[in-house]
Amino acid sequence: MQDEPTPIELTKAVADFLRNDITPLISGHQAFKLRVAINILDLVTRQLTQEEGSDAKEVERLRALLGVDGSVMELNRALAERIAKGEVDLATPGLTEHLWATTMDKLAVDQPNYASYKRELGR
Amino acid sequence: MIEAELFRSAQRWCPGATGVTGAAKLSGGASQETWRFDITHPDGPIGAILRRSPKGYGAAPTRAAGLAAEAQLMQLAYEAGVPSPRVMHVLTPDEDLGTGFIMQRVEGETIARKILRNDEFAGARPLLARQIGGVLAGLHKLPQDKLPELRSRGATQEISEFDRDYRSLNWPKPVFELALRWLRDHDPGPSVETTLVHGDFRNGNLIIGADGVRAVLDWELAHLGDPMEDLGWVCVNSWRFGEIDKPVGGFGSREELFAGYEAAGRKVDPARVKFWEVMGTLRWGIMCGGMMQRFREGPDHSMERAMIGRRASETEIDLLRLLAPRGG
Repeated sequence: MQDEPTPIELTKAVADFLRNDITPLISGHQAFKLRVAINILDLVTRQLTQEEGSDAKEVERLRALLGVDGSVMELNRALAERIAKGEVDLATPGLTEHLWATTMDKLAVDQPNYASYKRELGR
Repeated sequence: MIEAELFRSAQRWCPGATGVTGAAKLSGGASQETWRFDITHPDGPIGAILRRSPKGYGAAPTRAAGLAAEAQLMQLAYEAGVPSPRVMHVLTPDEDLGTGFIMQRVEGETIARKILRNDEFAGARPLLARQIGGVLAGLHKLPQDKLPELRSRGATQEISEFDRDYRSLNWPKPVFELALRWLRDHDPGPSVETTLVHGDFRNGNLIIGADGVRAVLDWELAHLGDPMEDLGWVCVNSWRFGEIDKPVGGFGSREELFAGYEAAGRKVDPARVKFWEVMGTLRWGIMCGGMMQRFREGPDHSMERAMIGRRASETEIDLLRLLAPRGG
């Protein structure tokens, strides 16, 4: 078992340092790159915080939908294959809800400021 | 150094040119660069743009029309009154500048977010959707017998190509699978009419001024195909930059776009436009995946490229909004 602080706490500390202490010192193209770097660290922090919970729920939905067991990757491959073959489509009970829930969980990590996501969050 | 080469070139086709100043690279990938510079002239400076593949980068990627074709298309558009920079010179091998062309520099803004938010464009914004319709109609009317040789691409081929590109990413995306199924089920087949298609006509590839569209840029994906493809692509949510209720580049409505197109004497097929909007959304999503691959395999190991890979999910939510919208 590894010691504390956790990866989440460590990445967040670096992101906060860059945001609060370094940003005021830098301009031009380097400032743009710095912003990208901070965005990456924020994304990593969100993923570390949320992935375990959202993957568990995703696996649960996929098992119910497909009637098989496996890792989140295996189950996604299986679903992708069934959609490609036309065995599962939007008329399949639960598919629409599953795809929406999964996609919302991805956006919550990738781009929580994306306008479509913010709109759908309010539904 | 490039200024000396540019001046040597300018002396050939710009009578009275006395020098070249202010050369600066605006953008540059491995195979293609854009430079701005000014030609010094007794009548006043002439703003110019160089678009070129440096020496040793002759071959264009398979989808690209090539710089020679791009120059020809821009000149043709300019002559037909479609907003476009005037092409001043096509590079020749003895000039030592690589392959490409030099065009007049059109002043204005290309950065989408500035066009959508800055006050100086407030007057232009409400007019742009309709104006873009007119510009696209003009572009689709360019005389086919004068076009350079271009690849020809219809809906069915595009679906297979994106299917292959998606599978090469080897990362399961059920929403992309759903979109591919939908596209196959709704494939409209060959269009009644085949025209020039710009291929990347969107907010970000247009020079906009306070008066509206001043120039259409980036013709490298031009091809022959269904004219409705351009109308669908300009509506893809990724090019609305947050203004999601204004489908046409964040400027206005589809109705305005269609009205501008039809006022210029061409007919719209809204079902085909919707098909190409779905196709375009998937296309950008797969392109994001491709950027991630290039990041991973090099040579462009930049943070920006890496982060674009994480934007594929934006197209997944947009595909769901198109194909499985939720009520409320």
